[in-house]
Amino acid sequence: MKITLNNTEETFDKNELTISDLLKLSNFSYKLIIVKVNGKLLRKEAYDNTIVKDGDDVMVLHLVTGG
Amino acid sequence: MTFEEIKSILKNHTVGIAGAGGLGSNCAVALSRVGVGKLIIADFDVVNETNLNRQYFFKHQLGEKKVSALKNNINRINPETEIIIHDLKLNENNLVNIYKDCDIIVEAFDLAEMKQMIIETCMSKLPDKPLIIGSGIAGWGKSNEIRIRQSENLYICGDEMTETSTQNPPLAPRVGIVANMQANTVLEILLNTNHKDEDYAE
Repeated sequence: MKITLNNTEETFDKNELTISDLLKLSNFSYKLIIVKVNGKLLRKEAYDNTIVKDGDDVMVLHLVTGG
Repeated sequence: MTFEEIKSILKNHTVGIAGAGGLGSNCAVALSRVGVGKLIIADFDVVNETNLNRQYFFKHQLGEKKVSALKNNINRINPETEIIIHDLKLNENNLVNIYKDCDIIVEAFDLAEMKQMIIETCMSKLPDKPLIIGSGIAGWGKSNEIRIRQSENLYICGDEMTETSTQNPPLAPRVGIVANMQANTVLEILLNTNHKDEDYAE
């Protein structure tokens, strides 16, 4: 499947992935992240059972301490 | 647009600033200088010696509440800016009431967990309000890695990488870049929107 990940088109072998799988595959290992799927904010508890499908737009933002 | 035209638009707007540390104090000063009409600033902390390497405070203000010290400093720069201050720790319950009448909210917290809290709260309770986050400001150099990303109403300024630590402290230049990038994003939203509205009306 093809998805848009952080504004870049990316291709994955599988046709469906959970957000948790996607984060692991793409090495998003930061402690605090914000995930938006098709513009909607996803809560952390939903990462395991939210499925990413062909054509979805996923945005991953990193939150790091300092201000 | 001339500066007079810019000021005449900005004076009718209110910007909320969540935190009065490195990001918040510098962003607030920039917004006041260009003529934003009203700023709503909240913070619970006092000015500390270690803040002076990046925050818009003076040595004689050590020990003062950050929100009142910042209000005094802004008044000396541009007394026409109306400053509303809240001396408290923001949380998911009080921030909605404090910022609900703002046109835009600037997140200027220190801790990543607080950044997450304001994003989740705003997206569920104030979904139409633009929210400008600062994330990744520590250290020095690498100016080109500081960037801005947008997803609908959420803007994120910083390198999204460098976390502050004793070996990688937050310092005036990089914190200032991100604080001013947040202020610049405020202008982009307020001036471009209003400019478009004007074109549209014609």
